[in-house]
Amino acid sequence: MTGREQSRPVVRKFLTPGVGVLLALITAGFAFAVYRFLFGLAAITNLDQQHPWGLWIAIDVATGVALAAGGFTTAALAYIFRREQFHAITRPALLTAMLGYTFVGIGLLADLGRYYNIWHPAWPTMWQGDSVLFEVGMCVMCYLIVLYVEFLPIVCERFVNDKRRPRLARFCVAVQHLVHRTMFLFIIAGVVLSCLHQSSLGNLMVIAPSKMHPLWFTPILSLLFLLSAVAVGFPMVIFESVYAAWALRLKPELDLLRSLARYVPVLLGVYIAFKVGDLLIRESHVYLADGSAQSVMFLSEVVFGLITPFVMFLSVRVRRSARWLLIASLLIVLGVALNRVNVFLTAYQPPYAVKAYFPSIGEFIVTAGLISALILLYRLVVTYFPVITQPVRARLT
Amino acid sequence: MGGAVLDHRRAKGDGSEAAVRDQCSPQRSRALELPPQDAFGVLVDIPNCIGCRKCEFACQEAAGFAVPPIETFDDKSVFATDRRPQPHAYTTVNRYPNPAVPEKPVYVKANCLHCLEPACVSACLVGALRKSESGAVVYDAWKCMGCRYCMVACPFQIPTYEYDNALTPQVWKCDFCAESRSKNGGVPACVKICPNEALIFGRRGELLKLAHEKIRNHPGMYVDHIYGEHEAGGTSWLYLSSIPFESLGFVQLASIAPSRLTEMIQHGVFKHWMPPLALYGLLAIVMWLSRRTEEEKLGGRVAEPESVEEGVLV
Repeated sequence: MTGREQSRPVVRKFLTPGVGVLLALITAGFAFAVYRFLFGLAAITNLDQQHPWGLWIAIDVATGVALAAGGFTTAALAYIFRREQFHAITRPALLTAMLGYTFVGIGLLADLGRYYNIWHPAWPTMWQGDSVLFEVGMCVMCYLIVLYVEFLPIVCERFVNDKRRPRLARFCVAVQHLVHRTMFLFIIAGVVLSCLHQSSLGNLMVIAPSKMHPLWFTPILSLLFLLSAVAVGFPMVIFESVYAAWALRLKPELDLLRSLARYVPVLLGVYIAFKVGDLLIRESHVYLADGSAQSVMFLSEVVFGLITPFVMFLSVRVRRSARWLLIASLLIVLGVALNRVNVFLTAYQPPYAVKAYFPSIGEFIVTAGLISALILLYRLVVTYFPVITQPVRARLT
Repeated sequence: MGGAVLDHRRAKGDGSEAAVRDQCSPQRSRALELPPQDAFGVLVDIPNCIGCRKCEFACQEAAGFAVPPIETFDDKSVFATDRRPQPHAYTTVNRYPNPAVPEKPVYVKANCLHCLEPACVSACLVGALRKSESGAVVYDAWKCMGCRYCMVACPFQIPTYEYDNALTPQVWKCDFCAESRSKNGGVPACVKICPNEALIFGRRGELLKLAHEKIRNHPGMYVDHIYGEHEAGGTSWLYLSSIPFESLGFVQLASIAPSRLTEMIQHGVFKHWMPPLALYGLLAIVMWLSRRTEEEKLGGRVAEPESVEEGVLV
């Protein structure tokens, strides 16, 4: 850190119209969630015997995990590869990952028929090492713990100089000291765990080859999931930083984001190369010309979500402008989100289906409520804890 | 009359014994204890099925569901639509047109095929689904989280879910009458009630032998394909048909169990825990090396510990 800037709580008016909208969505989502828990999944979802997984798995879980990848990618860049100039963006990225994974768990609770058994995979007598979902579940659980540990020093930092509560301050200093000395273990563990479950998330659908559309089914789906998670990490951080700066009326860290943006075409290029190469090797590109809904979805994913932003990120003009950086990053974020929706919903073509699955209003509202709650919590946390880097002088105002 | 049982004495004796072992066995036997040819199965002789739906009645009764009187199953109007297994209905009989003899439609019973290497068992992350030694794929609701990954994994679209149950929803699927067979031995309820020998219960190896014999002895009657012999790595239930299986709602599947690929990938990634540990070590080395370069940048204070570092690295 330069000394002129440091991570501090954001002092801004909290109850803005935006927060009002979030609260309204959260209330609606909560109401529908209560309805689901009282009357069952059938009461508000469009899931049926042929479509066991719907919007909640595709968005709340699969997309949630993918878009939380900013946490481990920036941690790797700043702490393992020690590009220390990026320390300023690791905290917001860490917060997003921590909240993201927390909401993956909450979203999963709504989807699980026996949500009270969510702890079962952690119980040794029920371990089932052949199951891809077991691997995902265990890694996500462990990673969530790692994320909380990584965030602990930030919580402590708020209280270390609290003169009214000297005992709490001393305790926080001790915790900070302890975590600081062992932090490297957690940082590396976080990256390893992320690589493992980000890839396994793709392996989930490999068990249903006869049901998957050939545009998406590939034995290397796990590799594609890992590469796309790595590719979406920095764009997600850029999008979030620029957007948060705009929403909180702060100055975005443009220099930093610009240098972060230099990595994006490389990481995205690797993903595009593997995705397109895999399509050609499996000769599945023939399905692109059939004009089906699947071909349209695949093309939108690749053209608008991968190739367009790839070209944009190569341009110096785009990398210079906060607005264009935001747009290009958002395209990648949406592209990867669309990929997850495609793999889990669009590609899934079960036999004996009587009608296609389309999410119900209730499913949409619960998902919107969860995302709103995540954003509101982010806003709350940056208000109370030193997450976002700001110029020191602003403290006086 | 009743459904046929191949080598009844052996089936009955070992059936109870093996099945009792299942119930007591603490391990989740992913791998079959019995070789596939000795596991129990059923041969469905589709041309013999008359669509009486008695098996649907017997199944619901044996499973302990609230079952309507047997006469209600004489209702042929249900054949107008394709019915798949549902919660509280493990098996359904469907009617398909017979292109060769239009006045004699074909009836096919749908239920769990009890794969030799079940994808649902591989998918279940808490071991709530398990392949028992006698060949049945059985479900333990107590362990289940309700994630429904088994339904995603099953190539035959068999496990069904109780979406309308808010508190204790279950996955419902045919359990091959595992519990009653373990107590009393004998044959599954559907086989017992079948009036026309459309269902034949026995050891899978012997059923396959019989099926091949039937194909050989009645060349005009059957297509030369035993569905389930190789599909999805082989199933305990086997089907003989007079018309191609594709026109009877059977899905075309590769002959390798779908779980083979996912398990190969997963166990490869975790082989002796080496790949994750190697990645951990590699990242640790990168972290450590980049610190040195950082210190070098700050003014070459690394001269002293350099020999030690190299010693560790080389």
